[in-house]
Amino acid sequence: MQRSFIAQNPSVLWFLLALSLFTLGVTILSEAFGSGLISTSFVKTLGKTLCLCLIAVAMDVVWGYCGILSLGHFAFFGLGGYAVGMWLMYARTEALIIESLASQPIPPTPQEISDAIGNQIFGVVGSSEFPLIWAFADSLFLQLLMVVLVPGLLALVFGWLAFRSRVTGVYLSILTQAMTLALSLYLFQNDSGLRGNNGLSGLQNIPGFEQTGQATLSIVFFWASAFALGVGYLFFAWVVSGKMGSVIKGIRDNEARVRFLGYHVESYKLFVFTITAVVSAIAGALYYPQAGIINPGEIAPIASIYLAVWVAIGGRGRLYGAVIGAAFVSLLSSWFTGGGAPDIPLGFYTIQWTDWWLVLLGLSFVAVTLFFPKGIGGLFDYVFRKPS
Amino acid sequence: MFRRLLLVCALALLPVGFAQAQTLQDLLQSHADEVQKPGRRSVGVLIDDLVASELPQAVTFLEAWRDREIVRRDADGLFFRGQGKDPVALIDLDTGEDVGSVGKSEVSQSRPNGGVRKLIGEALVQFQLLDPDLTKRSEAVDAIARSMDASQLAPLQGSIDAEPDAALKARKERLAGMLTAQFGATTQDRVLAIEKISTDLSVDVRAVLNRLLTTQSNVAAELPANANIAKVFEVGADLSAADAYGQLVDAELAPPLVGADAIREALVANIEDGAVGGVQVHALNNDAARAQAYAALAGQGLVPPLVTQADQQASLAAHQFFEVYEEPDTAVTDAALAALEAIETRVGVSQAVDLGLDALSLASIYFLAAIGLAITFGVMGVINMAHGEFIMMGAYTGYVVQLFVPDYTLSILIALPLAFAVTFGAGVTMERLVIRHLYHRPLETLLATFGISIALQQLAKNIFGTQARPLTSPAWLDGALVFNDVIAISYIRIAIFVMALVFLGLILFVLKRTRLGLEVRAVTQNPGMAASMGINPDRINMLTFGLGSGIAGIAGVAIGLYAKVTSEMGADYIVQSFMTVVVGGVGNVWGTLAGAGLIGGLQKGIEWLNPSNTLAAQTYMILFIILFIQFRPKGIVALKGRAAAD
Repeated sequence: MQRSFIAQNPSVLWFLLALSLFTLGVTILSEAFGSGLISTSFVKTLGKTLCLCLIAVAMDVVWGYCGILSLGHFAFFGLGGYAVGMWLMYARTEALIIESLASQPIPPTPQEISDAIGNQIFGVVGSSEFPLIWAFADSLFLQLLMVVLVPGLLALVFGWLAFRSRVTGVYLSILTQAMTLALSLYLFQNDSGLRGNNGLSGLQNIPGFEQTGQATLSIVFFWASAFALGVGYLFFAWVVSGKMGSVIKGIRDNEARVRFLGYHVESYKLFVFTITAVVSAIAGALYYPQAGIINPGEIAPIASIYLAVWVAIGGRGRLYGAVIGAAFVSLLSSWFTGGGAPDIPLGFYTIQWTDWWLVLLGLSFVAVTLFFPKGIGGLFDYVFRKPS
Repeated sequence: MFRRLLLVCALALLPVGFAQAQTLQDLLQSHADEVQKPGRRSVGVLIDDLVASELPQAVTFLEAWRDREIVRRDADGLFFRGQGKDPVALIDLDTGEDVGSVGKSEVSQSRPNGGVRKLIGEALVQFQLLDPDLTKRSEAVDAIARSMDASQLAPLQGSIDAEPDAALKARKERLAGMLTAQFGATTQDRVLAIEKISTDLSVDVRAVLNRLLTTQSNVAAELPANANIAKVFEVGADLSAADAYGQLVDAELAPPLVGADAIREALVANIEDGAVGGVQVHALNNDAARAQAYAALAGQGLVPPLVTQADQQASLAAHQFFEVYEEPDTAVTDAALAALEAIETRVGVSQAVDLGLDALSLASIYFLAAIGLAITFGVMGVINMAHGEFIMMGAYTGYVVQLFVPDYTLSILIALPLAFAVTFGAGVTMERLVIRHLYHRPLETLLATFGISIALQQLAKNIFGTQARPLTSPAWLDGALVFNDVIAISYIRIAIFVMALVFLGLILFVLKRTRLGLEVRAVTQNPGMAASMGINPDRINMLTFGLGSGIAGIAGVAIGLYAKVTSEMGADYIVQSFMTVVVGGVGNVWGTLAGAGLIGGLQKGIEWLNPSNTLAAQTYMILFIILFIQFRPKGIVALKGRAAAD
C-alpha cells in the first residue's frame, strides 16, 4: 500500500528528499554547529517559514483540493500558538516566581505562588485572577492536547453549522473571515483572559532549558518544524490521493454531482476543514515559540488572506506549490519590508521598498490570478511533463 | 469687577444729588456701629436700608465687606475700602477714587463673622437677581444652580415675580422648585415641589433627587427607633458576609481579621532558632502549618489571636446592617423615591428613542457603505474586496477638494460628484482590466480584487501618509438637534440619513425606471438571452460596476465627514458591508436596507447592553450573524424562483 502510494506520487519523495537536504544544510551552517554562516535569527526565520509552509499545505488541501476558500485558517494557527504559549508563559513565570520567593525567610505556600504568578501574568491588564481557560496551563501535556482540541472543536462546530446549511462559495469565505475577525476582536479585549492586545510574550524561553542557548533551541525548533512539515506533507499527500482524494477533488469541481452520486459531501468537507484546522494549529504551536510573542493582531483577517495569496502564487492543487508559495512570498516579503532590498532612485522620486512592496505584491497577485492561475508550481509542468 | 468699577466711575461723574438723595457714606455713618462691629442680629437693619436705598455702590460695598476689605479711618470715622495689608490703600466708597494710603495702625478693619457674611451673601444674591442687566441676573441664577444652598431660596423666590425675561423666569422657577424640594420650610411644600419637578428629565433634577435620597451605611446592635431607614440588609442575601464584617471592623465593633499577609509577617517577625511557635521554618509552606504556628504565637500572647469563623458568625448575628437616609423626613424621601422612579421610567423611554436614532444613523452609514457592494456583488455576482478602498478613495477625494476649495459647503458640493466620477472611473478600469476575465471564477475575483485592495491601500498610505486626514463638514452641519435632555442627534448624522434615503430612491429609480436599469436586470437574469435581444452585456456589466463603485465613492465622502479619513478606513467597513449584503439577501436593494437596519440596530443594541466594551459588541454581532446565516442562508429578503439559482 505504502509502496504504491509513493510510486503514484513520486513528487512526495522528491519533496521529502529536498526537505531533508535543506534541513541538513541549514544544520551544518548554523551557529549551533560551529560554522555560524547562518545566524540564529535567520535559523528562526527559516523555522518559522517552515511552519508557514505547513499551514499553506493545509490551506492548499482545503482550498486547492476541496474548493473551500477558507479565509479563517490563521485563526486556528493563532489558537494553536495561544494554547502552547499559555503553558510556556505559565511555566516560565512559575520558575521565576519560585526563584524570587525562595529568598524569603519562610517558604511560600502554593496559594502564594499561584497569586504571584497571576499577578505577574495578568498585572498588565489590571487583574491578578487566573481565568478559567488557564485551568490546564500548568500541565504541558494537557496544554498540548488543547493545541489540537480547541481549534479542532472550533472548526468542527463552525464547519458543521456552515456546511449543514449549504453555505458555499464566497459566502463561506466571508463567513470564515467573520469568524477570524470575531476571534481577534474578542482576544483584543482585556478581559478575554489572554492579556488583551499585549498577547503572550517571552515564548522563546523554554522552561526547563534555561541553560540552553538560543542557538541550540532555534535549531531544535527548526528540526521540529521540518519534521512536522514532512509528516504533514506526507499525510496530506496520502489524504488527497486515492479514492478519498478523488471524492474531495470531485467536490471542488462539481459539488452537486458528487452529492447525486451518493456521497455525503458535508462529511467530506467537514473532515477536510477540521483536519486542516488541526494541522494549522500544530503549525502555529511550533511557530510562536520561535517568534517569541503572539498577540491578537496575528489572527486579524488580513493574515488569512495572505495565506490564500501564498497558496495562489505558489500554485493551487499541488502541495509543493503551496510550500513554494509560502516560502517564496514570506521570505521575499521579509526581505523587502526588512529593508534588505535596495532602494531604486528614479531621479525625481526614490522607490523605497518598505513603502512600495505591498503595492508590488498586490499587483503581482492580480497578475498571477489573471495570467498564471497555476502559480509558480505550474512551471514544473513545463519542465517535467509534456504540455498537453 | 472692572465693569462694575466703570459703572461706579460713571455714576461718580454725574452731578451729586441727581440720581440719589444721599451718598453711601452718609448711610453707613448713620449705621456706623453696625458696620464697625457687625453682629448677626443687628446687621439686618443696615442691609435692609442698603437694599431700600437702591444705591448702585451698595453691591461693591457688600462684596468688599464680605471680603473683609472695609476699614474705618480712626481720624474722622469715615469708611473706605482698604486694599493691601500695610500700608492700606484707601478707596472712596462712593466715587471709587483712590484717596491715598495710610499705615495699618491708622485704620481699623471691620471683621464680619461667618453668620454676618452669610447674610451679606444672601443680600448680594438678592441684588444680583434684581439687577437690571440680564446677563448679570442669569449669572446669579447660574451661581445658585451651582451651589444650591438653603439661604438662596428666599431671595430667589422673591425675584421671580419681578423678572421681566420669560426664559430666565422659567429658569428661576425651575431652580426655585429644586431648592424648595431640598430646603423648603414645611414637609408639604417640599413634597409639592418634588412632585412638580418630577416632570423634568434633566440631569440636575435627578441629581437633586438623588441628593435627597443619599444614604449612609450603618451598623448597630439594634435598629434605631427614630431614624429614616432606607433598607435593612440581610447578611448573606444582599450583603456578603465579608463586606458586613468589614463594616463591623470599620465601626470598631469587631476585631479585624488576620489575613494571610499579616500571618506571614507575624511569623517572619517571630522566627527563633529556625522555628516559629514550635514549627520548623521549612515546614511553613502550607496554610495549615502556618495557622498552627500562629496559634502557638497567639497562645504566648505575642500576636493578637485569630478571629475564627465562629467569632465572625457571632458578631454578624449580633448586629443589624442598614442604610439610613440623611434626610430625616420620611414623607420627603418617599416622594423623592416616587419622583425618581417616574423620571427613570421616562428617561428609559427617551433613551430607547435615542438608541433608536443612533441605530438608524449607524444603519444609514452601513447602508451607504454597502449599497454599492449590493449592486456589484448582489446584482452582478461579482465580489469586490476593493470596495472598501473605493470608499477610501471617495473620502480622500473630498479631502483633496478641501485643500483647493476652502469654503466647506462648496467643497462638499464639488466633492460629491467628483468622488463619484473618480471611483466610477476606477471601477470601470478595474472591470475592464481584471474582473471581465474572471466572471466565471468568483473565488478568483475575490483574490484578484483583494490584491488590488492591498495595492490601493498601500498607495494611499504612500501618498497621504499614515496619519488621519480631516474632512471638515460645513458649519451649518455642526451641532445637534436636541429633543430633550436625553434625546439628541447631530445634524451630520441626519444629513447622512437623508443622503442614504436619497440614494435608496435614486438606485431604485435607476434600476426600475430607466433603460439602463432594465438592461441591468435583464443581464442579471440571463446574459445570453439579454445579448440576443440586442443588449451588450459587456457594456452593461461595465456600467453596473462603475455605478456601484461610484456610489462607494460618495459613501466615502459621507463617512469621511463623520469618521476619520485614513488609508485603512475602507478595511474597517468591508466586512460589515459584506455582512450587510449577505444578511439582507443578495441581489436586492430592499434586502440591503433590511440588512443595514438589522446590523446597525443590533450593534447599537449590544453596545447598550454592554456600553463599556465596543469590541465585545462587535464580537457578539459577528457571532450573531454567523448563526443567522445558518438559519436563513439566503438572507432576509431571499430571491425566489429562477432568479434564486446560482
